[in-house]
Amino acid sequence: MSSSVPEQVDLPGPPRGSGGRPAASREVSGRPPWMLVLPAVVGLAFLVLPLAGLLIRAPWSTLPQRLAEPQVLEALRLSLVCATVATAVCLLLGVPLAWLLARVSFPGRRLVRALVTVPLVLPPVVGGVALLLVLGRRGLVGQWLEATFGVTLPFTTMGVIVAEAFVAMPFLVISVEGALRGADQRFEEAAATLGASRWTVFRRVTLPLIMPGVAAGAVLCWARALGEFGATITFAGNFPGTTRTMPLAVYLALETDPEAAIVLSLVLLAVSVIILASLRDRWANTP
Amino acid sequence: MTLHARLVVTRPAFTLDVTLEVAPGEVVALLGPNGAGKTTALRALAGLTALSQGEIVLDGRPLHTLPAESRPIGMVFQDYLLFPHLTALDNVAFGPRCQGVAKAEARRAAATLLERVGLADRATAKPRHLSGGQAQRVALARALAVRPELLLLDEPLAALDAHTRLEIRSQLRRHLADFDGATVLVTHDPLDAMVLADRLIVIENGAVVQQGTPAEVARRPRTDYVARLVGLNLYRGVADGARVKVGELLLHTSEQLDDAAFVAFPPAAVALYRTRPDGSPRNLWQARIDGIERHGDNVRVHLDGPITAFADITPAAVADLDLTPGQRIWASVKATETHAYPA
Repeated sequence: MSSSVPEQVDLPGPPRGSGGRPAASREVSGRPPWMLVLPAVVGLAFLVLPLAGLLIRAPWSTLPQRLAEPQVLEALRLSLVCATVATAVCLLLGVPLAWLLARVSFPGRRLVRALVTVPLVLPPVVGGVALLLVLGRRGLVGQWLEATFGVTLPFTTMGVIVAEAFVAMPFLVISVEGALRGADQRFEEAAATLGASRWTVFRRVTLPLIMPGVAAGAVLCWARALGEFGATITFAGNFPGTTRTMPLAVYLALETDPEAAIVLSLVLLAVSVIILASLRDRWANTP
Repeated sequence: MTLHARLVVTRPAFTLDVTLEVAPGEVVALLGPNGAGKTTALRALAGLTALSQGEIVLDGRPLHTLPAESRPIGMVFQDYLLFPHLTALDNVAFGPRCQGVAKAEARRAAATLLERVGLADRATAKPRHLSGGQAQRVALARALAVRPELLLLDEPLAALDAHTRLEIRSQLRRHLADFDGATVLVTHDPLDAMVLADRLIVIENGAVVQQGTPAEVARRPRTDYVARLVGLNLYRGVADGARVKVGELLLHTSEQLDDAAFVAFPPAAVALYRTRPDGSPRNLWQARIDGIERHGDNVRVHLDGPITAFADITPAAVADLDLTPGQRIWASVKATETHAYPA
């Protein structure tokens, strides 16, 4: 890739267009076809109406009291803590995994990449069952964990974190791997010529360069963990204070106290909107 | 710090095989057309491209067995590759930090180097706020900061505009003169090579086709590529005394030679006539005009015929002669304007 500008030979070219701006890109004439507009409007309504319904039916007058209820606060706290710890776990394991997939060629890399994305398409309940089989008390690894460390994961807060991390990690890995592939590897070569070991290159050059991708991946990962239901209820159960996260509380409240379910849903909706807004800002601010 | 290297890199459709010797303090330019393999050679020296065969020995120590990060090299990349998230100062301090120098010490050394390249006031700037010339100087300071024994420069001036280039070229020349290790630079620009290098190595298709001092190479080109670079018409023929037979044409020269020989003459030495000139210039042939283009202040006429040649004439002469492509014309060169040398 040699970008040489040939030494300028001044040729008597055609006169530069005097004020000849290219015509402003013209609007496509005519109305958009109803065959496209109609389904588009229906689709929009389909996406927006349920959220509007949530806002319309919310018990606004009693909202403050309901939000202050201990069960709500407990579920919210548990959700935030678990999602955050799960995201930290995903970062710790997912970033190196993404690096391996993007930077090291090894036999079976395509297969590994496919395996990494399986939890993305797997029904979360199935994920929960699989986790039980492996990490459950009588599971392959679970048995050993209990015998060696006295640790049991199922039906504990740790279990919630494991379930959430299992479901959410692919989001992080895919996002970070994309960032790694997009990053110019020649910066890493430049660092190597300056005497940086591969670990130093990763820490001081690669990681800062892909930080926007890591951040975006972490936010997606966190949002996915926060909303996790299927794997959590299957693997960790539904115990108030230890494993009953917000989505579980919403589902449970719907049967006994629909208004509480609405309030809890509103909280999750608010959190999602905030995440979306923060992501937009990040994407807008990074060139 | 003498560098001795034989670089062999084999690719499916390309083989690089060059041998280099660079003395301490010497600047050697690898010159060649795009795709000749000069950047591959540089990357092989740096350890960024693996050698298929050969060796790199610096001061008796083998380098080719070491990974890039363990070689005592400094490299300036074509588009500099300054780390965008670090300030100019931290970019320069990066190498010393990797070598285990304490942070404060590394930054002090970096500040000294930035001052040497005249950028003390830009130390806190991020690379995206540096001009092309400034970025080039930061890249040079960064490469020198690791105290390399071998300095590698890949097209160091190619990314600069013509005006900045002139200034940076003379600065770079000064810094290279101060550097006491071996320097290898890659360029496709003959002017950069002539100004910066003590010795040129011309690479074509992965092999060395000519080497020597800039003056030697400029005076005695040995391939069409080099001849074009230095602006000479070049022919290979068989000499017999003061005459060299090039194809069907017999060229009279001022040198006495035997056997295979090159004949070179500058395009400006070619005179053009509409009709066969009176008197007898020693070298006269009939040619067909293949093309006419502006060349600096003059006009370059491409001639086809017994030999293909460029003739540089003034715009006024073009008008006088009423030249048009396809036209037949007489061309002549004085024997004293030619230069013949053994092939």
